[in-house]
Amino acid sequence: MATTALPSRGYLEDDTPTVWAWIKSWLFTVDHKRIAILYLLAINFYFLLGGLAASVVRIELITPQGDLLSSDLYNRAFTLHGIIMVFFFLIPGIPAVLGNFLIPLMVGARDMAFPRLNLFSWYLYMIGGLFALSAAVFGGVDTGWTFYTPFSSTYSNSNVILTIAGAFVMGFSSIATGVNFIVTTHTMRAPGLTWFRLPLFVWSSYATSLIIVLATPVVGITLLLVAIERIWGVGIFDPALGGDPLLFQHLFWFYSHPAVYIMILPGFGVISELISTFSRKRIFGYEFIAFSSMAIAIIGFLVWGHHMFVSGQSVYSGLVFSFITMLVAIPSAIKVFNWTATLYKGSISYRTPMLYALGFIGLFVIGGLTGIFLGVVAIDIHVTDTYFVVAHFHYVMVGGTIMAYLGGIHFWWPKMTGRMYNEVWGGISALIIFVGFNMTFFPQFVLGYMGMPRRYHVYPQEFQVLHVLSSAGSTVLAIGFIIPLIYLTLSLWKGKLAGDNPWDATGLEWTVSSPPPAHNFDEIPVVTTEAYAYPPEAAERDAAAWRPGSPL
Amino acid sequence: MPDFPLFPEQASTFAGPIDALYGVLIALSLIFGGILPFIILYLMVRYHRSQKADRRNQPEGSLPLELTWTIIPLVLVLAVFFWGAFLYIDIRTPPARNLEIYVIGKQWMWHTQHSNGKRENNELHVPINQPVKLIMTSQDVIHSFYIPAFRVKQDVLPGRYTTMWFEATKTGEYHLFCAEYCGTEHARMVGRVVAMSLADYERWLTTPGEIILPDGSAGAGGSGSTLIPSIGDPMALAGAQLFTSLGCVGCHRDDGAGIGPSLVGLYNVETRMQDGSLVTADENYLRESILNPGAKTVAGYANVMPSYDGQLSEDQLNQLVAYIKSLSDSGSASTRLSNDQIAGVVADELK
Repeated sequence: MATTALPSRGYLEDDTPTVWAWIKSWLFTVDHKRIAILYLLAINFYFLLGGLAASVVRIELITPQGDLLSSDLYNRAFTLHGIIMVFFFLIPGIPAVLGNFLIPLMVGARDMAFPRLNLFSWYLYMIGGLFALSAAVFGGVDTGWTFYTPFSSTYSNSNVILTIAGAFVMGFSSIATGVNFIVTTHTMRAPGLTWFRLPLFVWSSYATSLIIVLATPVVGITLLLVAIERIWGVGIFDPALGGDPLLFQHLFWFYSHPAVYIMILPGFGVISELISTFSRKRIFGYEFIAFSSMAIAIIGFLVWGHHMFVSGQSVYSGLVFSFITMLVAIPSAIKVFNWTATLYKGSISYRTPMLYALGFIGLFVIGGLTGIFLGVVAIDIHVTDTYFVVAHFHYVMVGGTIMAYLGGIHFWWPKMTGRMYNEVWGGISALIIFVGFNMTFFPQFVLGYMGMPRRYHVYPQEFQVLHVLSSAGSTVLAIGFIIPLIYLTLSLWKGKLAGDNPWDATGLEWTVSSPPPAHNFDEIPVVTTEAYAYPPEAAERDAAAWRPGSPL
Repeated sequence: MPDFPLFPEQASTFAGPIDALYGVLIALSLIFGGILPFIILYLMVRYHRSQKADRRNQPEGSLPLELTWTIIPLVLVLAVFFWGAFLYIDIRTPPARNLEIYVIGKQWMWHTQHSNGKRENNELHVPINQPVKLIMTSQDVIHSFYIPAFRVKQDVLPGRYTTMWFEATKTGEYHLFCAEYCGTEHARMVGRVVAMSLADYERWLTTPGEIILPDGSAGAGGSGSTLIPSIGDPMALAGAQLFTSLGCVGCHRDDGAGIGPSLVGLYNVETRMQDGSLVTADENYLRESILNPGAKTVAGYANVMPSYDGQLSEDQLNQLVAYIKSLSDSGSASTRLSNDQIAGVVADELK
């Protein structure tokens, strides 16, 4: 077995004499790759925690009565699930792990523009996470991740302030990362790497960063206002104090709708990389994919009102927000069609990352199409705040973001660690996740249209069959998430050495050793080709070289 | 489980049109979401690396194709948008003549009051084939009044009125849910909507039962556990008594000679304000002017009215508003004073 030593002087190695020095070399690192690993560990911890809370919720919902949890505990469980998953997994997930690791490599730089700020953002993330965790440990919070006022600001007697502090601090971590990406993309591209030669992952990360920098301050201020009202009783959102409860929803969704794109746009970037690599050809319609990311980023700022169709906003605003929501469907559709067209005349291989990419397209299409249902106000009136919405956003968030995150982790795992994982288990778990996901969330569309409201701890008997189906699916899904954890961890010791470019992919990150050297490039590369510069005959050659027994 | 329904019961005039639009959206989705996976599967198999296939002359992009798959979906979503928009405007535009019922949401129950004064908790009785308009407010946090079988939902906010209307088409009992998360017992803030024939509704309306008033309402005497007959005074009459006992009548004289403007014929009429703007005197305006009179003062009158904020329960506010509305001739069915009259009017509307 070729499992001996990794190529020397990778970023993972150093000659620290003591354990303490080794710990310090990680905790005080300014290397973007090490920071990405720090994020990877922390973010996966929060993902497991959020998943645990989700499991508790799904177990409770197997029966119509509230037999496992009291209503109070149930409310705290789904709130914990939402807050952890949204603020500490989905929003930072792909940018902080894959973005941090890849963007300097992809643009041919030795590090981020602001390496210390980058480390600082990880500490902010950890501090925010500690606040949120301590809120959970000291009794939890029961407002839902949406913190609607005046419930959160006046009525809830749970740890609202601690949780808000967590989300608030986490916001600054996002902003720091966003600023870093923007400046790095603008100023640190290698000679010859023009904007239209950038990998699409960089484009989508750039679009994401713009949203982060523009929108996150709004939610920070909003949460601060909730805290001010809660602590000092200043009337901002509670009408009993002279405030306006809808003001909160406008401010909150002004951030939180674009936040959906913060979660999904980096995923689009990952998928573009995967589809191109495993079709062995240039991506179809590069410019359209790049500009559709920017279009989503811009239009995404103008649709927040579609979360408020039944909140009491006027018919006119309902119509305007509905109209713009319809428009945002178009750039998403353009991406899906271009990915599909990329497959045409390619030489497709079913490696694990590709399976995730194909799964992503399938789930994202369903998530996107049901988004149109919700954008039509007449239908939204019936299905908003029901399980239909729950199913829809899980298709986008889990089916989209998590599939892309896992696909990306598998794709760049050899680059990050220098080792290959077990391909068979990889394929199996990708399939399990796809099946488990659909079992869990498809029944919820039906539940929602039947009228089952969300955030219900007890429910009428007639909804039980679908709830049981959904809970059964979530077990399958959980198994699918645990398997990669095992084989990826094992691969660190047992995996085959990956070599510099195990997938024969294009892109500067594949030109350096795996794992990359501490400073990425000995010599700053000069770029003379566009991204995905597979020669026209690459697909043909790849197919011709295939023999029975080669990887599928 | 004998049957496995995919749609809730259709029990209002909205249910059919909304389900039809939903069906069309599903059909369109199947065209995209159903065919696209097969195209992907086909390409995955056809161009798998183990397959011999022609891979020369790969296209790198195609403007006509990009335009095709931009414009066709755009046209389709716009068609869906306009269809949904007209339906939405319908759902949000109550007919001029309707039966008005007041709803108060509180943690964690629904309290309703019919115009003849009859009250209900966690239940709503409505006649079928008759437009019903709910005038709703919350005593604490945001709730949402949701009747799946009618396909209607509207958030219920503290500090203002929101309205919603529907016309039930089928007698029966239907779920009533709170759809906006409102705290610990959110899942138990449920009840039933009973749709009855008009005759049954009238009989029900005039039969007293016993009911618990929501906390803080008039005469509840603190704990809120007081049981009172479910038919009190008709809302407008109770409002008239409040109007006198609170002293409103001293300034708001019917002949317009008081310190404040006359309230006769005010409801739903555009009124000129001190700052020159025109304001429609709807429920929310009346409410605001009682609680915060200085916010929008009628032109020609001084801002001298004291605020009644904190002195009135939501219940009493509803009664005052009902009374002021009853002073307008154009008022709807619920603005009549007596039970007999309201029953008569409802019957008239049916012709």
